[in-house]
Amino acid sequence: MTAKTKAKPAPAQDAAPRLMSGAQIVVEALREQGVTVMFGYPGGAVLPIYDALFGQDAIRHILVRHEQGAGHAAEGYARSTGQCGVALVTSGPGATNMVTPITDALMDSIPMVVITGQVPTHLIGTDAFQECDTTGITRSCAKHNYLVTDVNQLARIMHEAFYVATSGRPGPVVIDIPKDIQFATGLYVGKDGITKPTYMPQRKPNMDAIRIAADLMTKAWRPVFYTGGGVINSGPRASAKLRELQELTGFPVTSTLMGLGAFPASHPDWLGMLGMHGSYEANHAMHDCDLMICVGARFDDRVTGRVDAFSPKSKKIHIDIDASSINKIVRVDVPIVADCAEALDALITEIKALKRKMPDLTPWQGQIDTWRARRCFDYKNSKDVIKPQYAVERLHALTRDRNTYITTEVGQHQMWAAQFYHFEEPNRWMTSGGLGTMGYGLPAAVGVQAAHPDALVIDIAGEASIQMMMQELSTAVQHNLPVKVFILNNEWMGMVRQWQELLHGERYSHSYSESLPDFVMLAKALGGHGIRCDKPGELDARIIEMIDHPGPVLFDCRVERAENCLPMIPSGSAHNQMILGEITGNEIGEAGRKLV
Amino acid sequence: MSDASTPTNGNGPKSAYFLAHADEVTERRTLAVLVDNEPGVLARVVGLFSGRGYNIDSLTVAEVDASQHRSRITIVTQGTPHILEQIEAQLLRIVPVADVIDITNSKTGIERELALVKVAGTGEKRVEALRIAEIFRAHVIDTTNESFIFEVTGASEKLTQFVDLMRPLGLVEVSRTGVLSIKRGKEKG
Ligand SMILES: Cc1ncc(C[n+]2csc(CCOP(=O)(O)OP(=O)(O)O)c2C)c(N)n1
Ligand SMILES: [Mg+2]
Repeated sequence: MTAKTKAKPAPAQDAAPRLMSGAQIVVEALREQGVTVMFGYPGGAVLPIYDALFGQDAIRHILVRHEQGAGHAAEGYARSTGQCGVALVTSGPGATNMVTPITDALMDSIPMVVITGQVPTHLIGTDAFQECDTTGITRSCAKHNYLVTDVNQLARIMHEAFYVATSGRPGPVVIDIPKDIQFATGLYVGKDGITKPTYMPQRKPNMDAIRIAADLMTKAWRPVFYTGGGVINSGPRASAKLRELQELTGFPVTSTLMGLGAFPASHPDWLGMLGMHGSYEANHAMHDCDLMICVGARFDDRVTGRVDAFSPKSKKIHIDIDASSINKIVRVDVPIVADCAEALDALITEIKALKRKMPDLTPWQGQIDTWRARRCFDYKNSKDVIKPQYAVERLHALTRDRNTYITTEVGQHQMWAAQFYHFEEPNRWMTSGGLGTMGYGLPAAVGVQAAHPDALVIDIAGEASIQMMMQELSTAVQHNLPVKVFILNNEWMGMVRQWQELLHGERYSHSYSESLPDFVMLAKALGGHGIRCDKPGELDARIIEMIDHPGPVLFDCRVERAENCLPMIPSGSAHNQMILGEITGNEIGEAGRKLV
Repeated sequence: MSDASTPTNGNGPKSAYFLAHADEVTERRTLAVLVDNEPGVLARVVGLFSGRGYNIDSLTVAEVDASQHRSRITIVTQGTPHILEQIEAQLLRIVPVADVIDITNSKTGIERELALVKVAGTGEKRVEALRIAEIFRAHVIDTTNESFIFEVTGASEKLTQFVDLMRPLGLVEVSRTGVLSIKRGKEKG
């Protein structure tokens, strides 16, 4: 991760110490770190920082409607640019509202710096108005956090926070700044020379491991690349190196939800996403392979299914910058602790140097073709109702040639988006994978649009999820961020309904989306444009209307209500036990019912 | 391992997905965790153990190098080899953790603990308590007509044995430091 420096670095200073207020130190450090956009919401404990932001134009501050929105917007910004996202909120409720996005960013390894105000130092611990133990609350959900107690440490802490957030396995870092520290005068120091001796992520791979991996790769008959969000987080070079290594070897590639776009979906060796709602061919290839090369993925339970039946016949190579991800869930044969791009580059060099005649992959490719022939994503289309899969397919067809970014909420629509919207490039796909946060998509889209003002940014949403953060449409209106919210409105918390159908005898307890707002009127009320469509024949025209509208749009796409998201590996099952056709209700045994 | 509903592994019954290491047995480990002595660092380390469901049998902490702000946290824990490997890796992820050293009492490591043991009694029992204290090389650091406070150091099992022997002789209170450890020989650690 490199924090690209856009803003001018602070002018070179002569020996004269630079004294300024804590609030000015915060803004100066943000500028020096190259921050040009931040997301926030004011309150008593951050007013001095807001004052320092007033009247300057190096940093654009986007005022959200709820602090959680600021956090997800910073995540969307980060994921679509590769730079660190920044959010600023007040103490107490401002900080507690940030807990969800901080946790979300930790789970999905998103670089983010969150600045929280705190009550003045002398009031800490007294249950003062809007006091909460922010560092205590965020200790386990942030990569690292700081409570600033000395204004002369503030600049160093700011720079260190950016370093920690963006290096190694990226993640959220919280800086809690008491109000008196924001007012106090202190010394500004620049970012050069900031180090953290106890924190030195390993970027370069161990070459012995690379040699063993290259040897295995040049002898494999049934290999597969299993790639993840780490490839995206490592930066565009990692995606380029993955493509290069794939070209060199011809191995098939699958990816986790988080890794979509690192490898082009149009490539003939692309297997599609793997895991619970992944493709039949990807999951079977994982199950039957003799060599698995895991690049920047972490054997999440949504990917492995039943661990004791996971890819039983394979040797496993695992590249990850986080040593604790290795051997956490699945034992691997060749651990490589390194940055993905560095490790992939080393593998390319090593394999080329071996000049070995590699095994003929034709039989393996033939096997994969028979799995592909099952056409696992086929669905019964209809002339009368819009099938959600069809809606995403049309959305893809009508936006693929544009500069498009996709975010999602959480549920069936998220999985259909992953299955039917095909990504060619990294950083184009923002979704809450690890935490599965409903409400992520719209604020994330706001963040993406702020980073890419001219791009087409679409949140593929569900009617339930969108209601969690729908106030952020007002943010989009205020800041001229023309995001499009494409709601696959099935009038159900579809994913919950599907599990109730599968596991709870079709007892649909509290999963119907009762009393839905009129989304078209809601859009109008918030200052956006509303569109409704319920006829397959009109869908294309309405999607084009959405694209062509210059401002934010809420698109109420009425889809088939009872559609299930398939294929599916039922919980507690193995990769080769996918449900392809209809759900019968008997797929999951007693053991699987207890899983999430 | 065929039925996912009965996870009989060392990972606890939390998730039936955790079936890969069911056959491993639990071991005891002593880890020295060297940290930057900054606010909250102990909470980070302890929070990691509670948050991820690892055991702490004993914990001690003190600054050991004031000039470098280094503290040493000694943790006695238990787990399968897989879990112990995870514990080390997870500890190293904590930003202010500089190093994690396995110093389990063995050929390579020494462990010691200190206990303060208060015993009250008169007559035969009082004499017997003193006699046993001598065998354990415990020092008397406070005395009244009816009580002693003993200071005793050694391996944890030795302290436990001493306390058990004092129980029938009028044991009132025990205070223990928890385990400290250091590597044998001239190497750091
Ligand atoms: C904040 C939050 N609360 C609850 C859940 C559990 N959950 C997962 S999917 C889902 C239903 C989503 O419904 P909708 O947004 O309409 O999407 P659909 O599945 O119908 O496409 C729920 C409640 C969650 N993921 N996040
Ligand atoms: Mg729905």
